[in-house]
Amino acid sequence: MTGVLHYKAGNAPSVLNALRHIGEEAVLVTGPGIAVDRLILPGVGSALATMDSLRELGLDSFIRDSIGGGKPFLGICVGLQVLFDRSEEGGDVGCLGIFPGRVRRFDDSAVRVPQMGWNKVDFVRADPLVNDGGYFYFVNSFFAVPDDPDLLLGRADYNGPFCAMASRGKVYGAQFHVEKSGEAGLAMLKRFCTLI
Amino acid sequence: MLTKRLIACFDIKNGMVTKAVRFQDNIDVAPAGELAGRMYAAGVDEIVFYDIMASAERRKTDLASVRAVAERVFVPFTVGGGIRTLSDMYDVLNAGAEKISIDSMAVRNPQIITEGANAFGRQCVVLSMQVKRVDVSRGIPSGYEIAIDGARTYTGMDAVEWAKRGESLGAGEICVNSIDNDGGCEGYDLAITRAVTDAVRIPVIASGGAGLPRHIADVFTETGASAAIISSMLYSPRLPRNFSIPEIKAELSAADIPVRPA
Repeated sequence: MTGVLHYKAGNAPSVLNALRHIGEEAVLVTGPGIAVDRLILPGVGSALATMDSLRELGLDSFIRDSIGGGKPFLGICVGLQVLFDRSEEGGDVGCLGIFPGRVRRFDDSAVRVPQMGWNKVDFVRADPLVNDGGYFYFVNSFFAVPDDPDLLLGRADYNGPFCAMASRGKVYGAQFHVEKSGEAGLAMLKRFCTLI
Repeated sequence: MLTKRLIACFDIKNGMVTKAVRFQDNIDVAPAGELAGRMYAAGVDEIVFYDIMASAERRKTDLASVRAVAERVFVPFTVGGGIRTLSDMYDVLNAGAEKISIDSMAVRNPQIITEGANAFGRQCVVLSMQVKRVDVSRGIPSGYEIAIDGARTYTGMDAVEWAKRGESLGAGEICVNSIDNDGGCEGYDLAITRAVTDAVRIPVIASGGAGLPRHIADVFTETGASAAIISSMLYSPRLPRNFSIPEIKAELSAADIPVRPA
């Protein structure tokens, strides 16, 4: 059973639709204490609103405990960004601090912000979740800058290379919307749901 | 590299996709979920649907159709029509849409743009503008005026000024729909599309007038548009010939326009 964290600023219903479409058992998680095999943290909106909402619902400690207990985790978009220490979005926002690094804004004097659309992702190492690379759907004004280069799993280009996917062990973050990236995204979700 | 997006657009009436020419003479094409599912399978990059009767009938958005599309489509999906309050926005997003498109409501109450951006993130808020070519005047220096209520009411507002204001109020994208070209299938209005893309830093969607793949190539090469809305050319029974998404993408690729392979 896969749990999809449902909080005020997320798009959990879209992720749930995608999981059901590929035949995976999934449940919305709105508070701590629900036993699931793996967690997905969907994200739209700002890092500040996301962190506020997670804290209010007690989901921040729930996420830490789940990851600490070795369960697979996938953060999507803002769900990736809040895995890092801090984000520039909304000032200087303290995040979950699971991955060392910061979240920065694209330079809107050079490119249109938000980045919105399908961008090509190249994966930089072998991993059960990824294959040869392909096109995924991005909607982001901010991007993560991992302190540890080993965290980088996928790279895309928007005014220079940026972190499209990060991972360590069974903890993943995708900057793109896995649930809205067509068949490539559904295949990645399917592979995530096989992790235990 | 970020690719250019092809957005399939449906007007919904009583759960059915309907096709009009210049806002008149609607004919039914297919149920919303079914047509959206077909477009998804064909490799469209994004889908937008407008509940065109919601405002006139003074009702909320047809959420059953939103859900029917959301269950079949795993690319981004925008919904417009019948959205007046933050709570309406929440209902539409919760039914499975990624973005909400606001048009007449944003003209009447521009603060709704800011409120929506603050609550759901600016990427969720698409400011859709109906623009009409008019004589250049002091009040309308771009020569394009904003119309609302299905192009029945003229506002005296300049299209480029409204786009800039929408951006500063918090819109994440701007959709420029040409009333003059809509349904005509003779190409986008390149002049206003270029004027708006030059005036804002957020992504701009060109809309109204695509009948041939060449029209889409033109709007991407001649303007800074990030996306193009296509509708009639995909499924209108009135046209002598419809085009498939792979056909269109092949032609764009041949013109060196970056697209996601279909």
